[in-house]
Formats: sequence, C-alpha cells, structure tokens
Amino acid sequence: MASPKASAFEYAPAPESRSVVDIAPSYGLFIDGEFTEAADGRVFKSISPSTEEVLSEVAQAGEADVDRAVRAARKAFEKWSALPGSERAKYLFRIARIVQERSRELAVLETLDNGKPIKETRDADLPLVAAHFFYYAGWADKLDHAGFGPSPKPLGVAGQVIPWNFPLLMLAWKIAPALATGNTVVLKPAETTPLSALFFADICRQAGLPRGVVNVLPGYGDTGAAVVAHPDVNKVAFTGSTAVGKEIARTVAGTRKKLTLELGGKGANIVFDDAPVDQAVEGIVTGIFFNQGQVCCAGSRLLVQESIHDELLDSLKRRLSTLRLGDPLDKNTDIGAINSAEQLARITALAEQGEAEGAERWSPACELPSSGYWFAPTLFTNVTQAHTIARDEIFGPVLSVLTFRTPEEAVAKANNTQYGLSAGIWTEKGSRILAVANKLRAGVVWSNTFNKFDPTSPFGGYKESGFGREGGRHGLEAYLDVR
Amino acid sequence: MSDKTEKTERLSVFKTYKLYVGGKFPRSESGRVYEVTDSKGKWLANAPQSSRKDARDAVVAARKAFGGWAGATAYLRGQILYRVAEMLEGRRDQFVREVADAEGLSKSKAALQVDAAIDRWVWYAGWTDKIAQVVGGGNPVAGPFFNLSTPEPTGVVAVLAPQESSFLGLVSVIAPVIATGNTAVVIASEQSPLPALSLGEVLATSDLPGGVVNVLSGRTAEIAAPLAAHQDVNAIDLTGADEVLAKELEIAAADNLKRVVRPQAVDYFGPPGIERLTAFLETKTVWHPTGSLGASGSSY
Amino acid sequence: MPTTANAAPALADVTTSDSTLRRFLHGLPGVDAVGLEARAASLGTRSIKTTAKAYAIDLAISMVDLTTLEGADTPGKVRALGAKAVHPDPTDRTTPATAAVCVYPDMVATAKEAVAGSAVKVASVATAFPAGRAPLGVKLADVREAVAAGADEIDMVIDRGAFLAGRYLKVYEEIRAVKEASGAARLKVIFETGELSTYDNIRRASWLGMLAGADFIKTSTGKVAVNATPANTLLMLEAVRDFRAQTGIQVGVKPAGGIRTSKDAIKFLVLVNETVGEDWLDNHWFRFGASSLLNDLLMQRQKLATGRYSGPDYVTVD
Repeated sequence: MASPKASAFEYAPAPESRSVVDIAPSYGLFIDGEFTEAADGRVFKSISPSTEEVLSEVAQAGEADVDRAVRAARKAFEKWSALPGSERAKYLFRIARIVQERSRELAVLETLDNGKPIKETRDADLPLVAAHFFYYAGWADKLDHAGFGPSPKPLGVAGQVIPWNFPLLMLAWKIAPALATGNTVVLKPAETTPLSALFFADICRQAGLPRGVVNVLPGYGDTGAAVVAHPDVNKVAFTGSTAVGKEIARTVAGTRKKLTLELGGKGANIVFDDAPVDQAVEGIVTGIFFNQGQVCCAGSRLLVQESIHDELLDSLKRRLSTLRLGDPLDKNTDIGAINSAEQLARITALAEQGEAEGAERWSPACELPSSGYWFAPTLFTNVTQAHTIARDEIFGPVLSVLTFRTPEEAVAKANNTQYGLSAGIWTEKGSRILAVANKLRAGVVWSNTFNKFDPTSPFGGYKESGFGREGGRHGLEAYLDVR
Repeated sequence: MSDKTEKTERLSVFKTYKLYVGGKFPRSESGRVYEVTDSKGKWLANAPQSSRKDARDAVVAARKAFGGWAGATAYLRGQILYRVAEMLEGRRDQFVREVADAEGLSKSKAALQVDAAIDRWVWYAGWTDKIAQVVGGGNPVAGPFFNLSTPEPTGVVAVLAPQESSFLGLVSVIAPVIATGNTAVVIASEQSPLPALSLGEVLATSDLPGGVVNVLSGRTAEIAAPLAAHQDVNAIDLTGADEVLAKELEIAAADNLKRVVRPQAVDYFGPPGIERLTAFLETKTVWHPTGSLGASGSSY
Repeated sequence: MPTTANAAPALADVTTSDSTLRRFLHGLPGVDAVGLEARAASLGTRSIKTTAKAYAIDLAISMVDLTTLEGADTPGKVRALGAKAVHPDPTDRTTPATAAVCVYPDMVATAKEAVAGSAVKVASVATAFPAGRAPLGVKLADVREAVAAGADEIDMVIDRGAFLAGRYLKVYEEIRAVKEASGAARLKVIFETGELSTYDNIRRASWLGMLAGADFIKTSTGKVAVNATPANTLLMLEAVRDFRAQTGIQVGVKPAGGIRTSKDAIKFLVLVNETVGEDWLDNHWFRFGASSLLNDLLMQRQKLATGRYSGPDYVTVD
C-alpha cells in the first residue's frame, strides 16, 4: 500500500510526467466556438483531489449562459443536421484521432482533476474515449441502415449532464452519438472535474468543428438543472445519481423532451463454488476497486456461495493487501484518491453505518497520504440484505460480502434491489452462466469477467438504474426522433 | 292473464360487465358501478367503477403472472396471441355491435375497426419470436469476449387505453405490451369501456395465463394515479390521458423511474411500426470470455 | 510399482489410486484463460525504475540457470559457461553469480569443475530430455549418472503422453521414482506447458508434480514453440502458493525458454512479488532457465551503473 511492508522488492516511485499537460490558470465557458466568461462573472475552483492543489479557476455558467449556449446550439443545428452524414463522420473521425494524439496529455489531466490512477486513465479511459468517437463516426452516414427506418431525423439540441467519475469518457458517451445523428450539444460537466471537457472544447477547435455544435458549460447542479429545464432543449441525457435522475424525470414531465438516464447501481457479483477462483478474485477486485469504486456498475455486493466463503475471503484479503494506494500519477498506483471531500464524507458515513449495523469491517494495512481525499479499500463481512451497505449505493471502495446456498437464492438476492445496472457471474459451468444471466434483472451481465466496456456494447440499466442505452447501435436511438 | 298467446318480443339477457383481474371476473371491491351509454346517451350497461384497491390488486396479479409469461418461449406466446385472434374472430359480431354503440359508428364502419383490430392482433402474434432478432444481437467488442444483447420485457406495464378508439386503439396498445412478455394493467376507455371488458372474456378463453392482462373500468384519473405512483409498476403508457393528467402521471411515475410513453396523436388504422414493442423492452448485454483454447500460444 | 506415499501428508489419500488422483486433479478450481492472461498482462505494466530496477536486475542475474543444451556442446563450451556463471561480468566483480549452470548429464563433471569453489550449482537435465520418450529404466539411469557425476539439481521432463492420456498415476509414479533416484539433488519437474495445451492441465500438472515431491516446477524445455509465458508462470505461482497454504510445503518455480530481455525478466519478478511475495524472491525458490537473458541483464546493469547504454561488445559472448 502507500508504504509497502519492508519488502525486498520495493517499487521506486514511477511518476508520469506532469509536463505533458499545460493547465491554464483560468478557463471560460465554451459557447458558440469561443471561450467566454459567465454573464454574472462567477467562477469556481477545480482542485486535484489527491493533493487539494487548485488546478484552475473555471467560469460557472448561470441561466443566462445556458440560454446563450442553447441558442448557439439551436442556430448550429440547422446546418449541422443538414450536413451529409459522411461529412459529420469526418469531423468525428478527426476528433477521435486528435484524442489519440493527445491521449497522454488528457490522461494526465484527467488523473490530476479526478484523482484516479494514471494506469486507468492511460489504459482504460482514454482508449475508450477515442474508440467511442471512432465507433459513432462510422454511424453518421449509415443511419438509414440502423434499423430506425429510412432517414431517421435528429432531435435538435441535446442537453447533456455528466458525472465526475469518468469525465471525458462520459463526455464521449454523450457527445459522439449526439453529433453522429446530427444533433447539437450543450454539455454540463461535473463541478469537480470540468477540465477535460474544456480541453475537449479545444479539440473541437482543432478539428474545425462548426461553432455552436458543441458547447461546454461548467457549473454545479443548478447549471445542470437550467440546461434540463430550458424550453428549447429537445433531448436530455443524464448520467449520475438516481435521486437527481428522478428530479430530471419530473422536470421533463409533460414536455416533448426525450430523456435517457444512466443512474446508480448496486451490482451483485455472484461467485459459485465451481468458479475459477483466482480469476474470480481478480474480478471482484476489478469490480469494486476500479476507479476507487466510484462506478455506477461496480460489483459492490459480493454474493459468495457459502461452501467457499472462507477460502474465497482469505484469497481476497491476501490480494487486497497487494493493492498499492497513493499518488495517482505513479504508474504503479492501483488505488487513487476519492474525487471530493463530499464524496469521501458520504463513503465514510456509510461505512460507519455498516459497522454500527453490525457488519464486520476489514481493510488491509494501509497508510493514507496526509493531504487529499483517501479511503482505504474496505470489505464488510456478515452482511445481510437488510444492511444499509447492502442496499444503498456507496460509490466508493467498499465491498459488502453476502452469502447464498443455491443458485435460486443467489438470483433472488441479486435482484432484491431497486437498481438493475450490472451483475457478475463466476462459474465454470456454461449452462449455469446462461441460466443465471437470464434471470438477472440487470442491463449488463459480466460472466467470468467484470467492468468491461466497449463502444459497440450497449450499456444501461433496468428499474431505478435508469432507461435508454448508451453504446452500440442501441445508443443511436436516444438521439433520433423515432418514438 | 289471458289465454291468448301474444307475440311478444323476447326479453334479452343483459350481460353484467365485470373487471378482468388475475384471470377472474370480479366486481369492483368498492361495489361501485357507473352508467355507460352509447353516443346518443342511451343506457348500455353499468360498468364497474374501479377503486385504488382494484388497481392495487391488478398490479399484484400482473406481477404474479410476469415470471411465467416472460419466461414462456416466444413461440408459445405467439401461439397464445394467435389464439386470441381466433377467439376474437368468433366474437366478431359482438365486438362490431359494441364498437358501433360505443363510438356511434355504423355497423360497417365498426366492422372495419374490429377487422383491423383482429388483424392487428395477428400482426403482433407474429412478432413474439422475431423482435429479439431485430433489436438484439452480437456486438463485436474489441477483446476476447463474446458479447450478446438481448431484449427482455420491462415488467408490469400500466396502460391507459385510448379514450376514443375503444377497440382498435385498445388492441393496438395491449398487444405490443404482452407480445414481448410484459404483463399489463389496462384502464379501459372511460366512456366506452364495454369492448375492453368483453376483450377480457376473450382473453380468459384463449390460453392466456391469468394476470397477463388485467382490465379495469372506471374513472381514468382515479385509477391511473395509484398506478403511476405504484413502486411495483415498471412502465406506463399514457395514451388515454389528457395533457394535464399525463403530466401529473409522468411526475408520479418518476418516483421509481417508470418507462413512460407519452400520449400522442395516432391513426390506429396506419401501420403500427415496432415502437410500441420496443418501448417496453430492456436490453440486457452479457459478456462471456472466449480466449484461446489453449495455453500453447496458438491463436484459436 | 507399488504406490508410495506422496510428498504431502495432508493430502495422503489423493494418490492412493488412479481414480482418486484423477478426481483430485479434476476437482481443482478451473482457470479462465482470458482472466489469467489479463492479470498477467496487467502486472506486466508495472513500472520498475531506479533502485527497484537495480535490485531486480541483480536478483534476476542471481536466479539464472545459465543453460546450454545443444547437441554441439563440448567441454570447452561448458567450461566457458561455468566461468561466466561464476563471474558474469568480468569488468564488475560486484555482479552476482548466477544460480546454476544447466547442462546435459554427460557434461555434469565438466561443469562441476568449471564452477568449483563457487556457490554456483550444477543442474542437469535428465530422463531422456527433452522428449522423455524412453523406458523408465533408461530415464532412471540417466538421472543416477548425472547425480553420480555431481549434479546438485536434476531437471526432469514428465511423460506428457501419459498425462494427456489421463494416466496421471503413471506420471506421478515416474516422478516419485526420479525423485528417489535423485537422492539429495533438488528435483525440478518440467511440464512442457506448451504441449499440455490448456491452463487447466498446467494447474493439474503443477499439483501432480508437487504431490510427487518436486522441489521445483518448471514450465518448459526451451525446445518447443511456446515456452515460459507470464500467464503460465503466474498460474504455476498460484499453484505453489496454494500448495504451501494447504500442505506447508514450499516449492520453487522455474520459467524456462523465451525469456530474453531484462524487461521480460523483471515482469516475471513482479509476478513473483505480487503473487507469492518475498518468500519466493530468492534463487532457492525461483529461477530463470535462460541463456541469452544474462547478457541483456548485464548490459542493463552497466547502463544503470554508468548512465550510458551498453552494447553487445561490452559483455562476453559465452
């Protein structure tokens, strides 16, 4: 962990260089192809959660700015939607290539602003961002063949509100299909992670994207609410908490705005007694500690067959002891910082509640850095369905371990939640995988793997995890006038 | 009393219209009925005026039926839906009469409606085992994984049937919901509920498991409110709601993030498209490792 | 041959018959190939720099079983190899010696002389290496000759044919017999993982070898297309880890063949470090079967010492 035991083979620090990214002291809103100040001049600071260092000061969009951005997007829509798909495609291909070219810079930036390890931004976030643009670029001139009838039409102006856990990747998930289908965009990045979206604005400039096609409005929840409520927005796409998702659903009620929501989860990772144990342990670790567990589809509930509970827990604990927590820019860091003080407080409170409700708490020996927001990888045993930590989304590196005796019980427990985003199944028996996957009420099921993503693969939830799909052919539907 | 046998018109036997819930024909638990008239105001029947509790019971029945219906093979669902069409054909004359009364149509106009409705039912019967191929499929992910997306029914769907089109519209909103494996709680047209209540009798004799479709009559707003707010209802079709009610219900539906189909102008004689089928489908995507067969480094 | 008690009293019952052994081996947890390879690849992205790299390079040098297994081997070649094993870098006496030299049985005596007075061990391949296709008597004679000539370690090959035919007890008995013939010499059991083909087989072979008394389990002969890989070595590390947890007996691991660069070697050391930990970070428990690897390690070592990149002219070709 932060200071590994006095092992003979101690990895020396291997920090990725910060010099590849040049963060300006301040950033404006990106409206109609230009960076501008907020109408009321308000700004906020974006800090690095691993050090609490102020990275930059960012303009904070208010209602007047939202209105200006929506107008710009509306104006741009006319020409953008009328462009031949093949031309729109080329813009998106350009963006994809520039993202690839600048991926090291963007990875470092994302790690600084978000707190997640460079290993993840470098090997997961950025490659997926580029892949997403490549994928949807190719759709732009093939929409007639996408199964939504001949010449499906775009909706208009898409208001998009994205979270802080995968800032640039969520931007890609939103913007790529929106532009491919001919919509224009007003995007509100999260208040704790606005920087990569602003760098993306610069990529739009480099790609020569017409003014107003993409507008970026940093701000807090009220900015997002103004985007959602703006009467000239035709489409609302939101990724974030279920509570805010419900608020948005109420806001758009009675309008013609098309809505897609990608919300919370409490994914069950089910390990049967015939699982490939070593890979299951890796999958459990990936499932809950990837991005510090700040993942909507995290496998935050481990459902383990009682007959292998002790053995599996021993392996899991041994494995957790090898996780390296610390400087997110260090290439050997497995666990980075929690994104914000607020999120850290929430995780801390829920973990304390877990203890108070009688679950048994365990963390590997782990020294946390003195500044920044940190939370040690934590697992709870003796957890039942009734515990808060088995029901509420913690959105942090906290795993609740429950047991089951039969496949029926595993399925019943896995489905016993208001959420329905993800689930995992670990067994060497093929028919059991198919039978259990069939019964799980979840939008993404990983069998003998976990937390895998691909632009061709539709992603999204059942029940209160939201509706609509992002990714794949399915992801086009959210931005087409087909229902 | 006279010995003379007078030629009197035979007194017809009225039908007591009842709800259709869980495969049974209960009266409203409230004991209430309301008067249903034809377009000229002539009394046709007393229809049950369902209460909140009837709505709740219908949800329980629909939930209970969901597992079996969703789990039935698509082929079997298609067979049963086709059986419904067969039964409708047999009761064609009855529906023509009811639709004519309800909508103030001539017999021939009403017949067009009924014929279109039966044909519509046949159309959806054929969709049960095709929709998965149209909207699902393999996804070519960049890695050693087999990745498959499959549509699955959303769950219990509350359906506010159209107020005007008492039979063709009704069929056009029910059939797509159940074709894919959902179960439905249907609120019949408030003014013209009789074709819907009769449809319940057809469904009951068509091998459709009880609870897959539940039909309630009464005041749309009164029944819809508890359904929109019900935490065990997964989706709601607001077709039969006016603008004000639709907004209210959509707000209530946000509490558990129901999938919402908003009211829109529909020509029920037109081609229906698959939008109503896909509106109540979830996409499940399953990842399976493929990898090499061996550790010997061979690429297969 | 009567069945002899296996090396692990805790698992005495599993080798009592062909069927118990088969049930045991087939009852081991399965291996998901994609997950295993992903884990190995992920550990391969560790960035080992500066002090850690210097440590790893010296450790890797000390773990090399410097190998020559050619039909053209001569006493001269073997003597040169021995000298290099003892002093890998004549220009820098702080360079650690390799763990052993590894030769054919008829070269053991020569090798012994060449490393005399040093801590370098002499390992001999035996049992009709590399195919292993000879009568048991011939294989045992091969082993006894090597031991008699002074071999400290015996690298045997298992009968892959028998293994793939499911005759696990035959493989087991043969290892037992070789172990007995090896006497005090430490026994390395080579599975030829490239021929076992599946990861499940590699896990089974690992347990079979350990039950039979292997001191080391070793991936390959270096004579087939696919030899040591991060994935199969990771899998074998998991096996020795689990075996020790269950029986208390520690067994070494030797990836062999195909490891040619310092970068590769360091990746393997990361696998060791993060799978079984420091108990195995020692040449008593982990070896590299290699020949060209040593020179690359030496060049990297020179680079770290001087700051300049070295070249092949600055390391010896032996």
